[in-house]
Amino acid sequence: MTLFDFIQRLLGRQKPSGTMAKERLQLVLAHDRSDLNPELLEQMRREILEVVQRYVEIDIEEGDVSLETEDRVTALVANLPIKRARPLPALVAAAAAVGMAQAPDPEAPQELAVPLASEPTEDPAPADPD
Amino acid sequence: MDAVTSAPARIILICSGKGGVGKTTLTANLGIALARLGERTVVLDADFGLRNLDLLLGLENRIVYTAQEVLAETCRLEQALVKHKQEPNLALLPAGNPRMLEWLTPEDMQRIVAMVAERADYVLIDCPAGIEDGFKNAAAAAREAIVITTPEVSAVRDADRVIGLLNTRGVAPVQLVLNRVRPKMMASQEMLGVEDVTDILALPLVGLVVEDEQVIVSTNRGEPLTLNGNGSPAAKAYQNIARRLRGEAIPLEDPSKARKGLRARLMNKIRKTTGLF
Repeated sequence: MTLFDFIQRLLGRQKPSGTMAKERLQLVLAHDRSDLNPELLEQMRREILEVVQRYVEIDIEEGDVSLETEDRVTALVANLPIKRARPLPALVAAAAAVGMAQAPDPEAPQELAVPLASEPTEDPAPADPD
Repeated sequence: MDAVTSAPARIILICSGKGGVGKTTLTANLGIALARLGERTVVLDADFGLRNLDLLLGLENRIVYTAQEVLAETCRLEQALVKHKQEPNLALLPAGNPRMLEWLTPEDMQRIVAMVAERADYVLIDCPAGIEDGFKNAAAAAREAIVITTPEVSAVRDADRVIGLLNTRGVAPVQLVLNRVRPKMMASQEMLGVEDVTDILALPLVGLVVEDEQVIVSTNRGEPLTLNGNGSPAAKAYQNIARRLRGEAIPLEDPSKARKGLRARLMNKIRKTTGLF
């Protein structure tokens, strides 16, 4: 450890490199073990958020879906702060959407977004409620 | 070596994934240590393309035949087994000749290991680096395994891959040796700690070997550290691994926490009270 490193650590500006090594390893091994690349994980994260959003209002910015490993078991951990539950009509629409989801309809997720008109969504234009 | 065995031989693969972390050194030292404890031990160099176990054991000039000739029945197994002069309980069997790179198959490996196992208590298979064919061949006959790694990100990552492969093959138990431990660096958290590595790999630890210059000296001489019984830290560590394998309960002490010097204690205190470092 150089004097510079020492001072950096003293000031709490830098983690010890051993700690960084552990964190980096845990991340890379979670991906190695699950055979999921970051791109696939991101896609899965988005889809999971979409599904959850049908039922509850969540804070997208705070939402976190990641892989964690303990004892060689990799788990998909989602930490999604819930703002509030959806009103009943929205839930009915969501349930209907689950039925629709079986049909290969790319429009489906957008229709879901309808009842949360007041909510800022990723869809630029809310679809028609019909 | 007697022809009759009481218990079936322990067939242990020594592997790491990454090269240069200490597989062959461990195999040589463990072989000698087990032999000294009275176990009839055969070390099999499965890395026949780049074989080096002979060199570490000082047996490089005594190899005449390899497993290849035994399987081809051009010689008997006894002729191919190179007995160690000072430690007659130990014999080396090279899997093959560096010039012939294609002959070995997993079936060949199973056949030769089965033959060797009839006359041994321990068969240690020194695995080549990598996770391709060389690993698959070497692992074909293994019942249990020791994964050796160092506290470095690349070595731990590769070890993790190997552990995954061993698990799918049903090799068990798989135990861990952590090599090249630098207690000072671990204590100051500038190196992955013992617990960090065991947490990540989730394997029971069978040995901790501290970085020891004597390993280089012994390699130069072709005399494993466990042969001359000198008290170097690595020699002790290898001997302890051998004894743990035989079921002795020898406690493992984390050398980064065992430092009892004034400075170390002071630093620990500062660390605990301030959360710094």
